[in-house]
Amino acid sequence: MTAEPSTAQELFDGVPYEPGAAKNDPILVADNVRRAFGGLVAVDVEHLEVQRGAITALIGPNGAGKTTFFNLLTNFDEPDTGDRLFEGNDLSGVSAYKVANLGMVRTFQLTKSLSKMTVIDNMRLGGTEQAGESFFRALLPFLWRRQEAEITQRADALLERFKLSHMRDEFAGTLSGGQRKLLEMARALMVRPNMVMLDEPMAGVNPALKQSLLDHVKGLRDEGMTVLFVEHDMDMVQEISDWVVVMAEGRIIAEGPPESIASNQAVVDAYLGSHHDSALDLEAD
Amino acid sequence: MDWGAIIQNSFRGFIGEPFIYFSLAAMGLNMHYGYTGLLNFGQAVFMAAGAYGLSMAVVTLGLNFWWGLLLGIVIFPLLLALIMGVPTLRLRADYLAIVTIAASEMFRIIARSPSLDRWTGSSDGLTAFANRFYDFNPFDKQKRYFFGLFIGNQMWVVLIGWIVLSIVVLIVWMTMRSPWGRVLRAIREDEDAARSLGKNAYWFKMQSLMIGGMFGALGGMFRAIGTQSAQPQNFITDVTFFAWVALILGGAAKVGGPIAGAAILYGILNFTDVLLRQLVENGYMPEAIMDGTQVGQVRFMMIGLGLILLAIYRPQGIFGTKEEMALDDR
Repeated sequence: MTAEPSTAQELFDGVPYEPGAAKNDPILVADNVRRAFGGLVAVDVEHLEVQRGAITALIGPNGAGKTTFFNLLTNFDEPDTGDRLFEGNDLSGVSAYKVANLGMVRTFQLTKSLSKMTVIDNMRLGGTEQAGESFFRALLPFLWRRQEAEITQRADALLERFKLSHMRDEFAGTLSGGQRKLLEMARALMVRPNMVMLDEPMAGVNPALKQSLLDHVKGLRDEGMTVLFVEHDMDMVQEISDWVVVMAEGRIIAEGPPESIASNQAVVDAYLGSHHDSALDLEAD
Repeated sequence: MDWGAIIQNSFRGFIGEPFIYFSLAAMGLNMHYGYTGLLNFGQAVFMAAGAYGLSMAVVTLGLNFWWGLLLGIVIFPLLLALIMGVPTLRLRADYLAIVTIAASEMFRIIARSPSLDRWTGSSDGLTAFANRFYDFNPFDKQKRYFFGLFIGNQMWVVLIGWIVLSIVVLIVWMTMRSPWGRVLRAIREDEDAARSLGKNAYWFKMQSLMIGGMFGALGGMFRAIGTQSAQPQNFITDVTFFAWVALILGGAAKVGGPIAGAAILYGILNFTDVLLRQLVENGYMPEAIMDGTQVGQVRFMMIGLGLILLAIYRPQGIFGTKEEMALDDR
């Protein structure tokens, strides 16, 4: 698979290829974020800025602390110390659901489709500020029916785009693994996020579906959303990311456009140092 | 064999007072477990809150009946839900289960302690607090109504019970078709997913605990009104599990499940009770197998056997759908 020219490369004009580099227009900033489990320091990130409107990949060998860091950025976990700023909002002590309402929506490594709800209900759930989510208003359908119709319309349009329309009224539990990934991504868009955080979007997806998922992720950027994803799949990293952040042992060891990463000595050491037997796909390019 | 009595008693179990108490309690459990995934093993304490809310307001505090209703249906269950929910609803589901079962036993043991006699009437409980309720009774106390099943006062309790039960069914049916119910079901399926989509899972779980608790309180209050007494032993742990049996029998997460379950449970309990008694009395049952004093236990054994068979052949309950159950395994 060859890397297509990225359209957001100019966003990174003048940004040095070094860990903790300052971006031209950061949407998310993490400062001195540290999280220890007992004696193990899982994450110890000095500084990270995520460029608005670009696709940033977070990679690293197993156990590098990527998912933990990801949870810290989305407030599904609280850091021991450190600050995170999302569009200027300090995330310290903010509940995870409020972070979603601020416009940062995440997906999960193990897909969380709501099995015993229909696909369309999964989608509708993502609709924000639905008045009928109050118990008392729920008893008075005329207060929320129109809003529900709008949400349903938007949900149907997204299902169409993600090619899930034919499953609309099926239980989400009957979808295949790949379809669940699509559903989760489509559902996240129902929140109308500014930033989408994808935790291993390619895990367990067959190659045929992979290409369409990649196109969807690129589509998010083209619509002006910022994407940060954690991934093991180097093809995906090469193909769609505008910027790559490499973690190892809880720290950020390198940053740069995908082409620069393969030749970075720190990255090669991090991968080969702990995994002598696995080839680093990045070198292929 | 008096088949008339057998049929009449079975039918009474099917629609009578215990059916109403336990339908209401099971409707509450359905809100908790069926729709939100909360494990409440202390529904008896919400029922006790309804019973004691009313009786303590009237007997101990000397308030009028209407304040008793407010205290028993709204204030006591809300406080209980807060006390049990605040520390546990942020944690995994098992913690709520532990706290609810403990709270229901604590309440019962505290209520029967002699030093609180002035407040709760200790183990004798409180009596004669629902006179106001019976003042409105339009039925003749001496006559029998509804195919001769209920005398006047019972008919009044049962009639109001059916009306309240219908309202509760309507509330559950409407809210579960609304976006509010959708959030609850999402939390049952995966709390983190709901949270990632901007839903305050904690607050929704709290609301579910409160509202399901109020349904339970209504059930407990009917029990207290029906017998004009609120006693600690009416709210032992078994009561919680009867409500669970009704829920599982009927099928969780179905609006009518708890009602069907409670009706069938008490229909069968009454049927086997009268049938066994008749068999013993008429000498059809050899004394070597059982005598009249063992009827009570034997019928529960039969219910237990029935539940085991249900778990094997129809685990989704009578109204549940097999397809939905199967999704769990994927």
